[in-house]
Amino acid sequence: MKPLSRIAAIVKKEVRQLRRDRLTFGMVVGLPVIQMLLFGYAINTDVRNLKTAVADQAETHLSRQLVAGLAQTQVVNIVERVASPEELEDRLRRGKISIGVVIPADFDRRVVDRSRSAVQLLVDGSDPTILGVANKLRSMPLAFDSTVRARPGVDIVEVRPYYNPERRTPVNIIPGLIGVILTMTMILFTAVAIVRERERGNLELLINTPVSSAELMIGKIVPYIVIGMLQLALILAVGRLLFDVPVRGSILDLYLCASAFVAANLSLGLLISTAAKTQFQAMQMMVFILLPSILLSGFMFPFDGMPVFAQYIGEALPNTHFIRLSRGIMLRDASIGELLPDLYYLIGFTLVAMTLAALRFTKRLD
Amino acid sequence: MSPDLAIDARGLSKHFGDLKAVSALDLKVPRGQIYGFLGPNGSGKSTTIRMLCGLLTPTEGSATVLGTEVPGDSRHLKPKIGYMTQKFSLFGDMTVFENLQFIGEIYSVPKADRPARINDLLDRYNLVAQRDQLAGTMSGGQKQRLALACAVFHRPALLLLDEPTSAVDPQSRRDFWSNLFRLAGEGTTILVSSHYMDEAERCHRLAILDHGVKVADGTPQDLQDQTGMHIIEVVADDPYAAQAAIHDMPQVASVTQLGVRLRVLVPQHVDAPVSLIENVLGTAGIAAQVHTTHATLEDVFVAVTLPAQERSA
Repeated sequence: MKPLSRIAAIVKKEVRQLRRDRLTFGMVVGLPVIQMLLFGYAINTDVRNLKTAVADQAETHLSRQLVAGLAQTQVVNIVERVASPEELEDRLRRGKISIGVVIPADFDRRVVDRSRSAVQLLVDGSDPTILGVANKLRSMPLAFDSTVRARPGVDIVEVRPYYNPERRTPVNIIPGLIGVILTMTMILFTAVAIVRERERGNLELLINTPVSSAELMIGKIVPYIVIGMLQLALILAVGRLLFDVPVRGSILDLYLCASAFVAANLSLGLLISTAAKTQFQAMQMMVFILLPSILLSGFMFPFDGMPVFAQYIGEALPNTHFIRLSRGIMLRDASIGELLPDLYYLIGFTLVAMTLAALRFTKRLD
Repeated sequence: MSPDLAIDARGLSKHFGDLKAVSALDLKVPRGQIYGFLGPNGSGKSTTIRMLCGLLTPTEGSATVLGTEVPGDSRHLKPKIGYMTQKFSLFGDMTVFENLQFIGEIYSVPKADRPARINDLLDRYNLVAQRDQLAGTMSGGQKQRLALACAVFHRPALLLLDEPTSAVDPQSRRDFWSNLFRLAGEGTTILVSSHYMDEAERCHRLAILDHGVKVADGTPQDLQDQTGMHIIEVVADDPYAAQAAIHDMPQVASVTQLGVRLRVLVPQHVDAPVSLIENVLGTAGIAAQVHTTHATLEDVFVAVTLPAQERSA
């Protein structure tokens, strides 16, 4: 079987070169671990300890109770008390505080009256997350004195968080992070794979041998599929040990989906490789894939909340489909049978990208 | 085509935009010979070799290489030709042995034959000591021997060598050529490009390219006999002054200084060139001995690459 033995020869060569390339080898292990630590610890959507100043012009028993109640939520951290709303505006502008609380002199009367709002929050709206948190403060039930006829607030809608009852961010982040890390490393490795050989002159030798385009492409992809699987194992292990992220569904299903995803990314990388003239160009093209894969895949923002146009772009990206698969299997204990469309998309993507790459890679120099 | 020809190119042309890298090139390379391909840098040597092995598509014309039409399906041609690139193209981060092993695998040399063939090549190309050295760390001569070993691993009938000796010292060049003669003796046809004249003399036949056009073609002896020039040697005490004086003569096509000697090319239609030069030098008061001599390939090269108006001076 000549084609098989030629593919085996390419695979063997790639593994040999990879073993000697310490930088790439370090990336295989280092990149996932560093990203896990960065994203796992730094991205936190549970906002706490927002710096807050209070201008309490009422200075009543009730107003002090309100301030104490706010502080108890731990959402705000009261760092300063000032005399007037103007001073609050000044602190806001200088970035000293994110929220200013204005309690007017007639606060007690307003609480009972309810025709006008009793408290005003001055919020740094330049960060939408803070604005969102401040909006939630509005509905904060305050344990007021019984002398005041404020009805205890009972929300009409009760929220029950499924799958992540403790609302820990890493649980949501890590399944998506698997997709981001694999996108980054897999595309990176293969995007430079062919260009590097072109730059070093190896390609002129290779295209003069009987090896065919398809054999060369397959031979270059196989070693990285194995590496992708190793990276997945590493991410799952770190996720388990440091962030206690569960795999509720079948680990076999997860690996199956991941291998389809890895193949899709590798094919895409090869396609980039056939289009780029230098390794630097290949890197630049990779950024065009990587950024949408982080921003539009549902990894950072809920997919359904994105504009329709952005959703179309997102749907085209392999990462979007993989994140659905990984969150489904890891967090919701979904079986692969319930997620087939996303898996089919990844397989289809691989076939199309691979075919295009093999067609584009003509065994010629002109 | 004649079965005795390894390469038969007819009107081969390659244009890159406005640049005519190769123009209407006819080339007949007999089997079992070393065929030299001479020309200055940028004369179209590499482009021609790349067209012949199917790496570039000719803009016009075609060629028959070992019975296969070019351009065409080069799949059956690849296993029959060996190609040595101008720039070292093996894997610098693999050892000599690993590179050879890879080449053996990619050309589907039977597994049982590979170890013996590798040992044979290491021995033949003097690479036994470098067997486990990374190819990227070797000297120019060693890299060149490895490249040749890899190019002939699968025993190709035709070997295309693109300036194989441009990066090696004279001793390595001599060794390299003795390797080429041995291969030719075993029946391999070799097309080798070069810009070294001493190498041209070793070829059975050669073609000279200039600006993409073939300007001479034949055996080294034929070319030396048919320069169309008187070759005159001038030995002067002050060669620089003599060169200046001769250079201004309208009959002279070219003057080249070689130490104290000058080589002067005068078109054949000029009568009595020796006395002509003696007169000019005498008038200028420069003492010199002037005599005709035989053409070397250097002279041939100078003569055929002269602009047309100077060639007939």
